[in-house]
Amino acid sequence: MLLVVLEHDRGTLGEAGREALTFGRTLAAKMGAEMHAAVIGAGAPEAAGPDAIAAEAGDHGAVRVYTVDDGVLSDFGPEAWGESIARVTGLLAPDAVLACGSERGNEVIAQAAVRLDAPMVANCTDITPPGGDGAEWSMIRVQWGGSLLEDATLSTAGPALLTCALHTVASSPVKPPPSAPPPVEAIDVDLPPELARTVVKERVVLEAGVTLPTAPVVVGGGRGVGSAEGFAPLEELAELLGGRVGCSRAVTNNGWRPHSDQVGQTGTRIAPEIYIASGISGAIQHWVGAMGSKHILAVNIDPEANMVVKADWAVIGDLHQVIPAISAEIRRRWS
Amino acid sequence: MRILCCVKRVPAPGARINVTADGLAVDAAHLGFTTSPHEECGVEEAVQITERTGGEVTVLTLGPAEAAEQLRYAASVGAHHGVLIQTDGAAWDPERTARALTAAIEALEESGGPFDLILFGNESADSGGFQVGVRVCYSLGRPIVNGIKGIEINGSTLRARREIDGGFEVYELAMPAALGVKEGINLPRYPTMRGRLASKKLAITTMEIDAEAGGQALVRLHRPAETLSQTTILGHGPEAAPAVVDVLEELGVL
Repeated sequence: MLLVVLEHDRGTLGEAGREALTFGRTLAAKMGAEMHAAVIGAGAPEAAGPDAIAAEAGDHGAVRVYTVDDGVLSDFGPEAWGESIARVTGLLAPDAVLACGSERGNEVIAQAAVRLDAPMVANCTDITPPGGDGAEWSMIRVQWGGSLLEDATLSTAGPALLTCALHTVASSPVKPPPSAPPPVEAIDVDLPPELARTVVKERVVLEAGVTLPTAPVVVGGGRGVGSAEGFAPLEELAELLGGRVGCSRAVTNNGWRPHSDQVGQTGTRIAPEIYIASGISGAIQHWVGAMGSKHILAVNIDPEANMVVKADWAVIGDLHQVIPAISAEIRRRWS
Repeated sequence: MRILCCVKRVPAPGARINVTADGLAVDAAHLGFTTSPHEECGVEEAVQITERTGGEVTVLTLGPAEAAEQLRYAASVGAHHGVLIQTDGAAWDPERTARALTAAIEALEESGGPFDLILFGNESADSGGFQVGVRVCYSLGRPIVNGIKGIEINGSTLRARREIDGGFEVYELAMPAALGVKEGINLPRYPTMRGRLASKKLAITTMEIDAEAGGQALVRLHRPAETLSQTTILGHGPEAAPAVVDVLEELGVL
């Protein structure tokens, strides 16, 4: 059996959970096994809750769902989640445990792995279960945030603990949909109370509306922008397009923009309809964050720049002239 | 405060990463090396904390003899001690790395007293195993939370911030504790001339620790198939603006 750990935030299933199920369906088929799913913690009273998550898990191919609860699981906590996953794994003896390689997903599978004294392979893009006589799993996983791939093997006496790299698959429900929701079984894990020490203490909401990871348009600026003030025309264009401004690591290192605007391996992964990358050379560090964009338009004085070569469209020229001209042209067409 | 920062020496790639002929490493012949970015921020954070509250920062790394460069760099921006677990430079799997780091930390705490705070990078820039810090802390019986982009110390407890979509979560941990930090928690300083000179005199403690290999093994590195896009040049300079807006209209983002 393949056990998929469903990432949810206080009772609301996220895209990471659906991706894990979609990726897991293919893996379970290769294993010749059933896919089951586990929901850790009941979530907030106002949220849809475990039963709604179970139904959605069924739509995405899980044939049985376990709801795992304990007083400590009032909110997310990496140690409490990891201990829960380890205990459920001990109880159900799955052949493999899979979560999505999101920030939380990688963290809780690592917490479970060390408790089971088992290896864990993070951010796989393709997984092959052991063949007839071979005891090894083999997989392709990402290094350098996706700039490099690693063929790896996993040998383990117990279950394989795995995560699939974020956005390796687009989530999709099974077709045709199942005729009934999957059976749900409650498991009480009776966690040690001290694991509450790493449970979320409070939450602060900073902004509503379009955020960088979800913006339909991102106007990015790099070293070529030259200064903090130089971003004003990029802000203007982003506002006209209902998008957000992003930047490269060189920009945050110079203190021109906050790190929360940084697109890249150590910043935000964006996935807009179009990324307008201006004055950005396109180093690996930045490209990894930008490569999820559906389309890229580069503005650069250097026609050989990596970003220009990888873009769908490019304008060769000085961004300080080109970006304001684009805003002016939009205004002209609107008037 | 006694703070330990675990750092990793990684190649500093530019626009392209190449792989060695045997497929087991990044071809670093024409590349420099650097401290993995999250961990560079970990060192900066530790130095800032000790500047406010007093105390000492120890930096620990596992790698070839050359990884002493990363320890000296940390000293040049304010770290006080450097410890190198020296290897032959081949990649170690995450379990093996965690076992060696755990043994080193136990030895350092045995001789110098416990660390109040241990900082790891959220993940290394190269292999990105997302587990070494978690494994070490479980073995040490210490709490750890990853993804941290803000730390506030109040006496013997710390408040740590982790970004979520549209806001952040706060964790409150009693020390001794550990955190996996991310770039953006601060803007690391550049070394001063005085710092550079001081770092040359840093006495590095070298340890030789081997550890049992884990279950994950590297077979071969390779570059993903590149989707060769045919870039359409829309024009040169501001005169290209109408062609750009045509594209935006076509995509329906206007």
